Amino acid sequence: MSKSKDDEKTYLFDNPRNVTRLLRGFYIISVILFIADFFVHRHTMRSWESFPGFYALYGFIACVILVVIAKEVRKLLMRKEDYYDVDE
Amino acid sequence: MWMSELPPFIPFFIAAVLVLLTHGHVRNIILLAAPLLGGLHLWFDVQPAVAMAATDTLVRAKELSYPITVFSYQLEFMRVDKLSMLFGYIFHIASFLAIVYALHIRDRLQQIAGLIYSGSALGALFAGDFITLFIFWEILAISSVFLIWAQRTQRSINSGIRYLIFQVMSGVLLLAGALIYYHQTGTTDFNYIGVDSSAGWIILIAFGIKASFPLLHNWLTDAYPEATPTGTVFLSAFSTKLAIYALARGYPGTELLIYVGAVMACFPIFYAVIENDLRRVLAYSMINQLGFMVVGIGIGTAMALNGTVAHAFAHIIYKSLLFMSMGAVLFRVGNINGSDLGGLYKSMPWTATFCIIGAASISAFPLFSGFIAKSLIMVATLEGGYDLVWLMLLFAAAGVFHHAGIKVPYFTFFHHDSGIRTKEAPLNMLVAMFIAAVLCIFIGSQPQYLYALLPWEMDYWPYDLTHVLTQLQLLFFSALAFVWLNKQGLYPPELRSINIDFEWSYRKLLPAAGRMSYHLLQDFNHAMSHPAQQAWQSFQSAFQASRLSKYHLASSWPTGSMVLWIGVILGGYLLADIYF
Repeated sequence: MSKSKDDEKTYLFDNPRNVTRLLRGFYIISVILFIADFFVHRHTMRSWESFPGFYALYGFIACVILVVIAKEVRKLLMRKEDYYDVDE
Repeated sequence: MWMSELPPFIPFFIAAVLVLLTHGHVRNIILLAAPLLGGLHLWFDVQPAVAMAATDTLVRAKELSYPITVFSYQLEFMRVDKLSMLFGYIFHIASFLAIVYALHIRDRLQQIAGLIYSGSALGALFAGDFITLFIFWEILAISSVFLIWAQRTQRSINSGIRYLIFQVMSGVLLLAGALIYYHQTGTTDFNYIGVDSSAGWIILIAFGIKASFPLLHNWLTDAYPEATPTGTVFLSAFSTKLAIYALARGYPGTELLIYVGAVMACFPIFYAVIENDLRRVLAYSMINQLGFMVVGIGIGTAMALNGTVAHAFAHIIYKSLLFMSMGAVLFRVGNINGSDLGGLYKSMPWTATFCIIGAASISAFPLFSGFIAKSLIMVATLEGGYDLVWLMLLFAAAGVFHHAGIKVPYFTFFHHDSGIRTKEAPLNMLVAMFIAAVLCIFIGSQPQYLYALLPWEMDYWPYDLTHVLTQLQLLFFSALAFVWLNKQGLYPPELRSINIDFEWSYRKLLPAAGRMSYHLLQDFNHAMSHPAQQAWQSFQSAFQASRLSKYHLASSWPTGSMVLWIGVILGGYLLADIYF
């Protein structure tokens, strides 16, 4: 009973160790997938596609760019929740 | 045998009438029977004759005549080929799932609207000519808006009106385009249209509104999140996918659609990352998914079109599933803002599990339904030589995992514990989600059954080492980016807010411009009329002061004096007549 109230049971992710375990498993799988690229012969349709780690890097960079741009755009686009409900 | 020619919308419309007259268990049985019996009838009794022929000239395989004449015009209710059949199956499945999901509600309005909406989607789907298509297109628009209004808030009513304006606009354009098409070609048969004529463009825009093309998309993100928890599940299935069907039939191989689709796939994911209302996140991700389908139509090869159809099939189920899980949370918690949720896996573990299955499907994890459909479009794009579009789609595929695959389940069910403790979703909701989840996994892991139903001949199998490996790399490293950004504190937090989109132009700019021009005109009127009035008044007072005003004729005349003068004139005429 670490964080939760006394009358409530501890759930799976209330225990930080479970979160760590999950993340560690996730990291290990990611590394394996990345390394696999150097050993598996992929049949590709384009030359740049066969670059080792292409998909992994593309996925990672795409998401970072996505979030960074979205954050910047948010400064421009974000309004209060009742923005459309009031006329100024 | 007329039974084999029964147009699929009829059971739904009959059920809608019966729902009006019944209540309790009888009503529930009628509700469930409509899609169930209709679907079984379609599966066993109606057969498309042959496989579809070429890719961009869709040959009508078999036409079952069900002639109804209106004003000496023959309506074509039952055009059956493999394309309409596949959509027919999935529309029945989607309707059944939505009805099971909504079985607990005691709201006749929603139940009838849901049935008529499903029925009119099927009516439009099997329509063989533009007039029939138009009729159901309009019934679809009108019946669906009640699923939004049934939320019965001022916000939903306003949103519904805007939704209806767009839908009716689409219908009017469809009718106008169809009439011009008839004038140009002498036929109203709905087959390949193309953009060689003005009619083709007008109808394309009509379909484009319903398919939420960029700048025409805001009715979707505006209205779907305002509908009832159960209504959105209905809405997510039919309107936009009907538009995809219509585009696939009318505009396969139209190159413009490749670029339209690529834009649709990319821009909504930015909104989805920063949007707080999680049903609106799903609405944006829906446009992203529609983008993939539109690209497939634009490429127009057998594999691309099969990809579009397969994607629509898989998408309807997993999108319903995601909207169902968010609807269940909204139903239990009364709120679907990412900023206020978190930790709900504790009280709604089943809903969380089903949501994750839907998320895995939309993200195209191997063994889930999105994988076997999306890969067809991806391969077809690269085969068609559209490398840049392919890169855009790959970006969109990573992005969709990021927001729909991770963000939606994470901020709802995990993240910080919001302290909300509630009950698991009602049994009927869980059953609907369970069936949808099973279908997602079944289609994803046994794709041969769906592939066998696809309209065009092709030779493709998604499960090979390269494909599975690259997809897993893409997804795991997208997830890694999410984890890393979160740990670095770079991930944008969920904030109670909205984000302005193109709808700003007609919800803010246009009203503001209207108000401003009204005020300007008012000022102008004031500015112009004031000196004129003053001039007139000063003239009057000058006249009054002058000696002219003392004349008899200058004063205002009483009626009596006018009668006198008329008498004098008439008398004068009389005398003149006598003497000359």
